[in-house]
Amino acid sequence: MRSFLKNIGTSVLAATLAAGGLLAATGASAQQRPIRIGAFTATTGGASFLGDPQEKTLRLYVDKINKAGGVLGRKLELFIYDSAGDARQAVTYTRRLIEDNEVDIIIGGSATGESMAVIPIVEEAQIPFISLSGGNVVVEPVRKWVFKTPGSDRMAVSKIYTDMKARGFSKAAVISGDGGFDKSCQKEAVTVAKTMGIAIVADEVYAQADTDMTPQFTRIAGAKPDAIVGCGFGLGGVITVRNHRQITPQIPLYFTHGVGSQQFVEGARGAAENVRITVSPLLVAEQLDDSDPQKKTLLEYTKEYQEKFGEKPAAFGGFSYDALHIALAAMQRAGGTDKAKVRDEIERTKNFIGIDGIFNMSPTDHMGLDFNTAFRLTEIKNNGWHLVK
Amino acid sequence: MTSDTPRQLIACAVLATALALLPIVAPNPYYLDLATKACLAAVVCIGLNLLSGYAGQLSLGHAAFFGVGAYASAILCAKVGITPVVAMLAGCLISAGIAYVMARTVLRLKGHYLAMATLAFGVIISIVLNREVALTGGPDGMSVPRFNLFGYRTTGVWAGYGLAAVALVLAVRTAIVFVNSRVGRALRAIGDSEVAAEGLGIDIARYKTGVFVISAVFASVAGSIFAHADRFVSPAEAGFMRSVEFVAMIVIGGLGSVAGSIVGATLLTLLPQLLAGFDHYRHFLTGLILILIMIFMPAGIVPTLLASGRALHDRYRPFGRSARSVTGRTSEG
Amino acid sequence: MVDFLQFLLSGITRGSIYGLVGVGFALIFRSSHAINFAQGEFVMIGGMATVFFLTLGLPLVLAAAGAVVAAALIGALLQRLAIAQAKNASVLTIIIITIGAGMMLRGAAEIVMGRNFHSYPAFSGELPVDLLGAKMQSQSLWVVAALVLVTIGIHFFFARTRLGKAVEATFSNRFAATVIGINVPRILIVCFMLSAAIGALGGVVMTPITLTHFELGVPLALKGFCAAIVGGLTSPFGAIIGGLILGLSEAFAGGYISPTYQEAVAFVIIIAMLIFRPQGLFGRRAVERV
Repeated sequence: MRSFLKNIGTSVLAATLAAGGLLAATGASAQQRPIRIGAFTATTGGASFLGDPQEKTLRLYVDKINKAGGVLGRKLELFIYDSAGDARQAVTYTRRLIEDNEVDIIIGGSATGESMAVIPIVEEAQIPFISLSGGNVVVEPVRKWVFKTPGSDRMAVSKIYTDMKARGFSKAAVISGDGGFDKSCQKEAVTVAKTMGIAIVADEVYAQADTDMTPQFTRIAGAKPDAIVGCGFGLGGVITVRNHRQITPQIPLYFTHGVGSQQFVEGARGAAENVRITVSPLLVAEQLDDSDPQKKTLLEYTKEYQEKFGEKPAAFGGFSYDALHIALAAMQRAGGTDKAKVRDEIERTKNFIGIDGIFNMSPTDHMGLDFNTAFRLTEIKNNGWHLVK
Repeated sequence: MTSDTPRQLIACAVLATALALLPIVAPNPYYLDLATKACLAAVVCIGLNLLSGYAGQLSLGHAAFFGVGAYASAILCAKVGITPVVAMLAGCLISAGIAYVMARTVLRLKGHYLAMATLAFGVIISIVLNREVALTGGPDGMSVPRFNLFGYRTTGVWAGYGLAAVALVLAVRTAIVFVNSRVGRALRAIGDSEVAAEGLGIDIARYKTGVFVISAVFASVAGSIFAHADRFVSPAEAGFMRSVEFVAMIVIGGLGSVAGSIVGATLLTLLPQLLAGFDHYRHFLTGLILILIMIFMPAGIVPTLLASGRALHDRYRPFGRSARSVTGRTSEG
Repeated sequence: MVDFLQFLLSGITRGSIYGLVGVGFALIFRSSHAINFAQGEFVMIGGMATVFFLTLGLPLVLAAAGAVVAAALIGALLQRLAIAQAKNASVLTIIIITIGAGMMLRGAAEIVMGRNFHSYPAFSGELPVDLLGAKMQSQSLWVVAALVLVTIGIHFFFARTRLGKAVEATFSNRFAATVIGINVPRILIVCFMLSAAIGALGGVVMTPITLTHFELGVPLALKGFCAAIVGGLTSPFGAIIGGLILGLSEAFAGGYISPTYQEAVAFVIIIAMLIFRPQGLFGRRAVERV
């Protein structure tokens, strides 16, 4: 009997030791575990022109950083899904990233809608989330765990109106698609106009899949604006400039960053000449002054992206470049992937020189870009981007 | 109304037990999120299958009823401050009303007119949801408050799953009772041959209208629960592609089969998740899988498997073949 | 007046595009009572394959011809390898197969051509043409010309060729057609090839205006389907007229009323039609089988 108890005692002891050893082992592996980056982008669907370069950029830099030895001595592991710009899929994938892939941070949300849809989940799960969408609503009001890297539409349209006033224009027409990206820009274009003394004489909308906007431009011509502000992106943006050349070539056309890619100029096949576009400095990197702190980063990104994918990066790719690097820098400062510490460090991002601008975040500003660096005014000349100084 | 057979009661009990056990088996809430979405799609499909599988009518706009339910709950709860259950009922009433008017207009005609009417109506609904920014939040969608019942607020993915699971069991139960009722038999007669049914004195338009309204209400309830489960709705929910997806679910699972609706809904909900890692090849593979299922199981998964199961059963029973004929139409859960 | 002309031109261009997409729906519905949800992908292939052949260095004429032939072959393969394989399949099963085929074609285009949009120069110059003060893209004339060509071609096909008459006979009564020795499976293949080729031709001429993209087919197919419905679903001519009606209504509603709900015009027309003239403009009342 005694020997039996003794036996049990030994077994329990052995089991405890084994379990303890196992725990120690898992503890050790947690230290060695790769840093898990979760991401969801709209690589297909209506917003695919935004999501595709974002996905490519993330893959490119996760690979590159891993080849260079990773961060904090740990490799990076990227979990990335295509949300197709659909809020429902974004929610499911975010749950998958948090619960199943157990990621340390989430980057994503090419469209404002899908970013908004996952906010309740990331707030509840208490995981840092850096959104890639333009809408101000994502960070206004400030939410504890939510950040974003793209400059806001408000900055873009303010920049356009400033230039318009300098040229003596006071009446503007707005043309936009019916998708979320366009809608956000259109809303700001109308709101900001009031504060800057610009009259909106026409506000025309086209369906995102529409391939002909000549009725809209005919109406705009009738309203006789001094200039037109375009809010589209992707295919819609190309068709807008082509129809503009067809119907209202005499009226100057401005565009926001939605068309910030060389593909846009090529697709327009000459129709983009003289169009003025507020865009990330990425597209005019060579023309920046050598003293511009962003120049080096911009040129490097352009070169690396082009080498890998055989095409110049679109402005949207820069959003995920900035998000990834801000996140990794925060992890480095936090000395690990503790979510609360990383969140605090993201909020403390200061003077981060990114693609989209120079970031200075704070508890009251979870985007951290300023008006001067975020967008540059450019003009298309001979199928190329030229900085308007 | 006939009472349902013990077999069907057992089937419901098995389903309920499986749904109840799922949260225990599920490794983490992500799987519950998937299960929630599969359950809700199944609810829509069970209703849609009554319409297509029994009454022989096609709807290319069922997502619109889902959208009406979702936005009724979203708008009434978030902007008017109505309690979720009442909002859900309001969504049902709106959906039923729309379905009734549509059915009265086109169901007296023979042919695919309901398909066209639902297509047009569905797209118009999704355009309105997209454009009426002040009310619906436009293309960016809108947030929805948590579900609460008698002042008891629910939290997390569990609550959404619980609601969806209860809705699914109720939908299965309702569908089985319905199919075995006099109305159900009349519908089956209509689906087999309208002329013969008319000869038997069945008021075809009335029955078709009835089943269309019921299927719209199923979709609306699923939409309302979805709105609270995800706490977010977007116009894509009411879109044409979603409607087509629902049709694909019932055809792949099996027309005229309640179990088929569940299988089809689950399969097409899980498929994108299973193929998520294939990047550029995802679309291609999804299409290929759909085609292969349809080539090898043209009657749908559940009827085909049941038929082959029965054939196997018969082969090993030399005396007395199964009394039931293999028609591809099954009504058990 | 100039505005009116401008809206008219816009309506004719978009109407011709919808018509070119819609014809294929009508042809396939006529032969197999199925809705071909891959029709938009044939249009997409027309543009994408042309881009592909152009990058190989082929001249435009050959690239365009190659794209149309390629689409016709894909149409034949779809019928032969997928639809004909599903034995005793219901119409709904065939519809799901076409949905699957559409996804596969989209996926294939995504794999081969990437996710970016593509285009090539307009056939006769990029600069807009002035017409009594209204401006049109010269490429619009090519789109209209293609529509006229297709209309004449279809008329000739059904009225003058044995094959066309065999298609007609199959539509009227499939059983009787088999009895008099018509090879019905071959007729079905011909219809799929024709639909695919016409769709691709549409894609070839519209791409300089609309550009092309692997997901272009879905929204186009929806409009083309509406055009076919307005035309009665079984009539290729109906689909062409239906397309023009939709295009003109959209342009005028967008121009004179408001572009906000321009997108909904096509669907409102369908609902109105179901109430007042359910068989469509040129459709026969469907005969229900007992």
